[in-house]
Amino acid sequence: MANSASTDPDIPTTIEPGVIAQFARRKLALFGLFLVLMTLCAAIFAPWLTAFDPNEQMFDGLTLQGAPMPPGGQFVLGTDLLGRDLLTRILYGARTSLIIGVAANGLALLIGTIIGVTAGYFRGWVGSALMRMTDLMMAFPALLLAICLAAIFQPSLWIVALVIAIVYWVQTARVLYAETASLAQREFIAAERTLGAGHLRILLKHILPHLVPTIIVWGTLGISTTVLLEATLSFLGVGVQPPTPSWGNIIFENQTYFQAAPWLVFFPGLAIVTLALAFNLVGDALREILDPTQRGRD
Amino acid sequence: MNSENTTPFKVATSNCPSGTEPVLRVDQLAISVNTENGLKPLVHELSFDLHRGETLAIAGESGSGKSLTSLAIMGLLPPPAVRVTGGSIHFGDQELTTLGENAFRQIRGNRIAMIFQEPMTSLNPVMKIGTQLAEAICAHEAISLKEARLRALEALRSVRLSEPEKRLNQFPHELSGGMRQRVMIAMAIALKPDILIADEPTTALDVTVQREVLDLLRDLQLEMGTALILITHDMGVVAEMADRVLVMKGGHFVEENHVESLFAKPQKVYTRNLLEAVPKLGDGSGEARMGRPDEDTLVAELENVVVHFDVRSGILGRVTHRVHAVENVSLNIRKGEIFSLVGESGCGKSTIAKAMVGLVDHSGRIRINGHDISPTYGAMSNQTRRDIQMVFQDPMASLDPRMRVGELVREPLVIHGVGTRQEQDQHVEYLFERVGLARDQIQRYPHEFSGGQRQRICIARALALNPKLIIADESVSALDVTVQAKVLDLLKELVSELGVSFLFISHDMAVVENISDRVGVMYLGQIVETGSRRQIFGSPRHSYTKRLLSAVPTPDPSRERQSAARLVGDVPSPVKSIAERVSHVELVDMGDGHLIALEDTMK
Repeated sequence: MANSASTDPDIPTTIEPGVIAQFARRKLALFGLFLVLMTLCAAIFAPWLTAFDPNEQMFDGLTLQGAPMPPGGQFVLGTDLLGRDLLTRILYGARTSLIIGVAANGLALLIGTIIGVTAGYFRGWVGSALMRMTDLMMAFPALLLAICLAAIFQPSLWIVALVIAIVYWVQTARVLYAETASLAQREFIAAERTLGAGHLRILLKHILPHLVPTIIVWGTLGISTTVLLEATLSFLGVGVQPPTPSWGNIIFENQTYFQAAPWLVFFPGLAIVTLALAFNLVGDALREILDPTQRGRD
Repeated sequence: MNSENTTPFKVATSNCPSGTEPVLRVDQLAISVNTENGLKPLVHELSFDLHRGETLAIAGESGSGKSLTSLAIMGLLPPPAVRVTGGSIHFGDQELTTLGENAFRQIRGNRIAMIFQEPMTSLNPVMKIGTQLAEAICAHEAISLKEARLRALEALRSVRLSEPEKRLNQFPHELSGGMRQRVMIAMAIALKPDILIADEPTTALDVTVQREVLDLLRDLQLEMGTALILITHDMGVVAEMADRVLVMKGGHFVEENHVESLFAKPQKVYTRNLLEAVPKLGDGSGEARMGRPDEDTLVAELENVVVHFDVRSGILGRVTHRVHAVENVSLNIRKGEIFSLVGESGCGKSTIAKAMVGLVDHSGRIRINGHDISPTYGAMSNQTRRDIQMVFQDPMASLDPRMRVGELVREPLVIHGVGTRQEQDQHVEYLFERVGLARDQIQRYPHEFSGGQRQRICIARALALNPKLIIADESVSALDVTVQAKVLDLLKELVSELGVSFLFISHDMAVVENISDRVGVMYLGQIVETGSRRQIFGSPRHSYTKRLLSAVPTPDPSRERQSAARLVGDVPSPVKSIAERVSHVELVDMGDGHLIALEDTMK
């Protein structure tokens, strides 16, 4: 009770700058955004950023004994076991990771949000049916399901994204179900109903905006998870098919040579961590800015 | 801040019976909160003495610093942000502001005890009453658990709880609010403290229960000679309980005096305003509002309305019990009148409101402006929804915190497709001015407003569709008295200017007397007495109405205080097994629309 709002006259309020201006004031958030944009540029402009082809096995990419080249010299980050330039593969791999991170994760969030919010708002038999289905999905080993699905469909980047989305929406649905259920009990929802607001209006204008912070947090956290899930699938041979590079399959292709050629695991790993961190920084900042109820408290 | 508030000086010397040293001496106490912009003072140079056996009331509105002061005495200021930044608190010969946590624990609960506002949250819900009491006693005295339980039993007896042996083995949720507060008091007095601090001890309780708890506190204090610090916003409670009063505002000392002198001749403008804003309970003969209600046009007719909630239990989930929330209620509300429903918590007054706006299903008949309301929410027509609007108790909870207030007020127009965007803008601006808010506030969020302003926004929202009837469910209960008085004035203005009717639901008899044209008194889901304001407050007939009226604390210290110490037991419950029949009261007309329930039909 910092401001003594005991009388009716005006209480002082701060002028609120726009979202972009507020975002610009947060150095860490800007740094995160910078990293995300860097990755995006790397993915888009990969052909212009490197002189090599990601799948070209170069003769001078291996030592005379047939070992990969360490970083430095002609190959900035070294080469892999087949004499392909690692930097080139990581740059092209950014495409895979971003497609998986954005598309698969976005699709998972979409499915999870629709199911979670519907179940949480309507409750009753609709909610029970949806949530029991979610429980079933949760109890089923995700990896096994992904392998089955990937085996049925012809593996390709988009199929992998779809498979990951089908496996990954469950957590989002659970979390959003709980939040929606508690939101729907709040008094302002009852107030909206007395005004005669329809279900769609309440859901879109009064429930969904409150879930945005949660969705953003789950979205950013999910990016790292989905990138790793893609890597796992790729390693098992049902993910992104070689020779198409992805950060995940670069690590798994080379993990047995970790002691001899650590750079082959270290650099793609660094790329995954950096991208996940970058999305987290951006997501955190957005959450703080987009939630006006938290803004009044600092 | 007015300069009159900043000077800390003492007006009254204490009326301590023996003239001994004060048991507590607070000197130039300052409390600040640590913010990013440095220390922000919350309480400024507060000084007072407390003597044995006296009751000091610290009165003030929200944000006045009264609770912080009590927490400082208890050494319970929330660390690390809020702390004492100046002055001293002497308890006997001990200085409390510099005392370490371990030493403080010896004093806390043992020599200075505290009773909090909300007894449910202050008791551990998973521990039995007896165990909690015994634990508190054992923490301070080296006695066996068995002895401690005996002491606990004794304490429960002294707070006049019925069947104390049974209570020892009950959990907090099995007791009513008043009984829980008695348990809290028992816990506080079990160790016979020198000082008892009661922070809004009766604010969360019903008025008849409040009466019992206040009587109990006064009796206990007489018996034990404990010094009592009573923190409250309710001037009625102050007048009944206090020997001396200290008024605070915004962290500043305003005035201190004997209770009689303070109420008779307040020295400061703020105290005078505060006392004037307190709604006083009269005999209903006060001047009538401007504008007469239209006797012939009924905006709401309720006929034998019943609301039940089923309680299912067992493996098969069969209905075994029913909550009889509203039982056979009939009432009419005329055009341009304020009809009030009063009653204590759980009497079904809010459930009637919810049935009228379609938030709960009902049986019986509800007609709004000549149209029947269908018993289920989904089927309610848009036209009926436009005719009836509702203002809730907590304005912060009933406004979507993520929307700008202008959008919130516009929303009803958007939902019902009224006017173009430009017309809607104009109407929102008109509504803002109508309820006393400035146009430039339209772009702000709800959290940027004070409580009273937020309630004005809710009222503007309810007015947007030009409804025939607005239900105000405890809409002023959460507001400070000065703000409350202004909002009540606004409601009266709206009735006379716009001809809208209000169903005003409240537990506060004084507020109801102040605002109503007609009143219905509810008890256990049924209306037991209804009539005009003059009939209900001037010549109440039903025993429950009389009990409600006599329980209201009067903000007049010169009035005779009589204490009636009674045992409290269980309150009758509206939950009944499905086999059980509910007896309906029979209302008899005493002339001129004054209906009362025949007493022998009520249990």
